Amino acid sequence: MKPVNQKAWLLILPVVICVAFSAILPLMTVVNYSVQDIISPERRVFVGTEWFKAVMRDDDLQGALLRQIGFSLAVLVVEIPLGIMLALSMPAKGWKASAVLVIVAISLLIPWNVVGTIWQIYGRTDIGLLGAALAKLGIDYSYTGSARDAWLTVLVMDVWHWTPLVALLCYAGLRAIPDAYYQAARIDGASKLAVFRFIQLPKLRGVLMIAVLLRFMDSFMIYTEPFVLTGGGPGNATTFLSQYLTQKAVGQFDLGPAAAFSLIYFLIILLLCFVLYNWMQRVGTADKTEAGHG
Amino acid sequence: MARIDLDLAHSYRPNPRKDEDYALLPLKMSFADGGAYALLGPSGCGKTTMLNIISGLVVPSQGSVKFGERDVTRASPQQRNIAQVFQFPVIYDTMTVAENLAFPLRNRGVAPERIRQRVGRIAEMLELSGQLDRRAAGLAADAKQKISLGRGLVREDVSAVLFDEPLTVIDPHLKWQLRRKLKQIHHELKLTLVYVTHDQVEALTFADQVVVMTRGRAVQVGTASELFERPSHTFVGHFIGSPGMNFLPADVLPGAPAGAAKLGVRPEYVTLAAPQAAGAVAATVTQRQDIGTYWLLGAALADGSVVRARLGGEQAIPQLGETAWLTLAGGHTCWYGANEELVA
Repeated sequence: MKPVNQKAWLLILPVVICVAFSAILPLMTVVNYSVQDIISPERRVFVGTEWFKAVMRDDDLQGALLRQIGFSLAVLVVEIPLGIMLALSMPAKGWKASAVLVIVAISLLIPWNVVGTIWQIYGRTDIGLLGAALAKLGIDYSYTGSARDAWLTVLVMDVWHWTPLVALLCYAGLRAIPDAYYQAARIDGASKLAVFRFIQLPKLRGVLMIAVLLRFMDSFMIYTEPFVLTGGGPGNATTFLSQYLTQKAVGQFDLGPAAAFSLIYFLIILLLCFVLYNWMQRVGTADKTEAGHG
Repeated sequence: MARIDLDLAHSYRPNPRKDEDYALLPLKMSFADGGAYALLGPSGCGKTTMLNIISGLVVPSQGSVKFGERDVTRASPQQRNIAQVFQFPVIYDTMTVAENLAFPLRNRGVAPERIRQRVGRIAEMLELSGQLDRRAAGLAADAKQKISLGRGLVREDVSAVLFDEPLTVIDPHLKWQLRRKLKQIHHELKLTLVYVTHDQVEALTFADQVVVMTRGRAVQVGTASELFERPSHTFVGHFIGSPGMNFLPADVLPGAPAGAAKLGVRPEYVTLAAPQAAGAVAATVTQRQDIGTYWLLGAALADGSVVRARLGGEQAIPQLGETAWLTLAGGHTCWYGANEELVA
């Protein structure tokens, strides 16, 4: 048996203090708010779970949640296949590979609010390239007027901004496949499609999981771009969860309901993290047992 | 199945000028139908390049590849109907063992009934029958390597089976099993096998004919005993054998043939002689090692060159620093010219 040494507690104390101030205390403040009605800084009333009940029954919130889930799924459905296709068509070596990598990575370097501004101008029907071109073609497009157009613009903006991340991850995954696999496939007479289905896709599984995780979490917390582009409108068409929350907390100063809601939001993300993390761990262990055998 | 003729050179650079620019210098080589060949040489000698040219993964920059009378220089691996096993086992992770074996046939549109039959037969031959329904990804390296081989053998009438250091990742105790399996398959199917390796034991035990390569050149083609007894190039003498051949200035012994610059003698053929014996030379023992079944002796001649000798343990082995009398000349002595080639 190993000797017991309690000194280790001292060593992790700095971390405990840091985490307490950066995460636990703010979270407890939120918990505190969520069970009180704060009428003024001096007057507050304990209301128990009332805010939670109210928030769960709130139609606006349910709408925002559904919109959010729909948006995140749409992001995945478009960005993952598109990223794979992009990675497959990128050159593997030489100066062309470097040039393409830099070009593809550019959108990732642009700050969120700038992305929103770029698309805000790009989509304007009077001076924006996209908006004006669509108007010239006779398509009635307006991201400020039509809910559908606004929603599509936000989606396309996210695809433009983040597909390169998926593409770069897949590109790295593709480059890690040893040449022998492609050579063996040629000798086995495999078609291009079979090479993709039986070599590339299985070998990309790891990076694709990371891509799905990153894109899902990121899109689930999207705030800045739609805030700059549409401000959540028209109506509530592009009001996603985080924006709804901000409106409640900072706009209307409904601290109680906003706190209750952010706890629910937190739990949703925690749950999704838990599911995805376990899924990745399980696949990771399966890979390890394979490696152990081989 | 047919005889394979190479008459080519290959360079990975666009405009080769010097010899160093070539991965394979101009060469002519034939592989007889049904023969077992090994390409043996150190890393970077061009053996894998030659293998990939035979399989069609690499198109030679000049010259031609012929299978029988057919010119296949530009034919794809699939058209050549070649099987190749790589250094690291290549298996399709998502498929079962049976699906892996069936893959080349499926790609060629063979009837399902025929596929089942072939897969069954090959699995039996490779002792994979019990694992046909298992996921290939979970198997051990040697089983994976057998699957790689099986995907080659499952096609009927493969022109040749090529191996690119297939036993590198296999545990030592499984290596000889797998090698015996290869020999057995060669015996049963009468296929042409070409086996690339840098391990002389592997090459000499596997192949009927060993091609020794260095720096893009095939320096000698021969059986194990030819390579051992009459190395046609000092590199072969050096590379084959453990330790390699001794090379000494030709003038240490009288009677060197015309044009000879070096004398080559295997450590196995260096024997101890009585002091002052006719034809023996004196040397100071500098190294003395008990290898178990024999002694390895290193001794310096008067001119400073070192001779190594493998001596049986039944005789008295000279101590370090003592003078030993060694017989170098005999029926096994080879003479080499200044260009490192055998002259007599």
